[in-house]
Amino acid sequence: MSKVVVVTSGKGGVGKTTSSAALGAALAQAGQSVVVVDFDVGLRNLDLVMGAERRVVFDLVNVVQGDAKLPQALIKDKRLETLWLLPASQTRDKEALTEEGVEKVMDGLRARFDWIICDSPAGIEKGATLAMRFADQAVVVTNPEVSSVRDSDRIIGLLDSKTRRAEGGEKVDKQLLLTRYDPVRAARGEMMKVEDVLEILAIPLLGIVQESPDVLTASNLGCPVTLHNPASAPARAYADAARRLMGEEVTMTTPREKRGFLERLFGRKVAA
Amino acid sequence: MSFLNFFNRNRSSAPVARERLQVLLAHERAFSGRTDLAERLQKEILAAIAKHIPIDGDKVVVRLDRGDQVSTLEIDIEVPEQVLAR
Repeated sequence: MSKVVVVTSGKGGVGKTTSSAALGAALAQAGQSVVVVDFDVGLRNLDLVMGAERRVVFDLVNVVQGDAKLPQALIKDKRLETLWLLPASQTRDKEALTEEGVEKVMDGLRARFDWIICDSPAGIEKGATLAMRFADQAVVVTNPEVSSVRDSDRIIGLLDSKTRRAEGGEKVDKQLLLTRYDPVRAARGEMMKVEDVLEILAIPLLGIVQESPDVLTASNLGCPVTLHNPASAPARAYADAARRLMGEEVTMTTPREKRGFLERLFGRKVAA
Repeated sequence: MSFLNFFNRNRSSAPVARERLQVLLAHERAFSGRTDLAERLQKEILAAIAKHIPIDGDKVVVRLDRGDQVSTLEIDIEVPEQVLAR
């Protein structure tokens, strides 16, 4: 049975696209067939983060409006056999999406893939609500920062009320992906800790991705961070999160501050 | 900046963030999915009063104010002079 997962957050810039690409690639590396769908019509970026920007011909809006067939719009990843991308349109806006159209696309994708990862746009308008509309489960991407946590809380409310599953009396499984976490600042009391965010949002934890220069490097190169440098901290965090999505029990390790005696003494931050 | 402030700067702003969020979200959750509450109340109250007194819809103001401890619902209805004079 295929699973539709929405990667959402409410707030922009918290790492939805990075996480969609990284989780999609990690699932594909684990042998699953995966399609990552960009719902950010008008501001598409998943193609760029996945390094497929020059191969986009047709897009989600073309398929929704019947101008192209689904297989024509799907782009196969150059590195992984089982990873595919369905790009968003860059020239249209979110109003070009219809619920019936999106439902048809989702049905078509369910027939072909194990995992359908829906990369939601920021906000709570049409693009975001349609991205979550047909989801079986949700990855709520949150930074340990007040506005992000507040927006995530709002999104959790929408997942519980505005999805097909919620309206049918079923549940959308929601899991928290805490990104841009800085253990050094958390230890100093400058940033909310994992426990703080978990207590406030009260949903299970899917993973903790710490702030890392590897994320920018990977996006510069158009490569999901899990493929670019599999040994890096964010890559391992995403790989673990992907295994948890597949239902595996993986021990959660909270990133700790890596500071030597001198740094401790002078309270300086080190790039971990 | 005092001597103590020098050592305390940047310290422990996280607990403040956590507390502010807890207070804020408690309120927002209570009213979530009911963002149109004030509007609905306005309509229903208007309908109830209109059964007995002819009133102008624009003269009914419903205000919802969420405070730290208590929230207030303020309803302001302007009744035309001649109705009460009768």
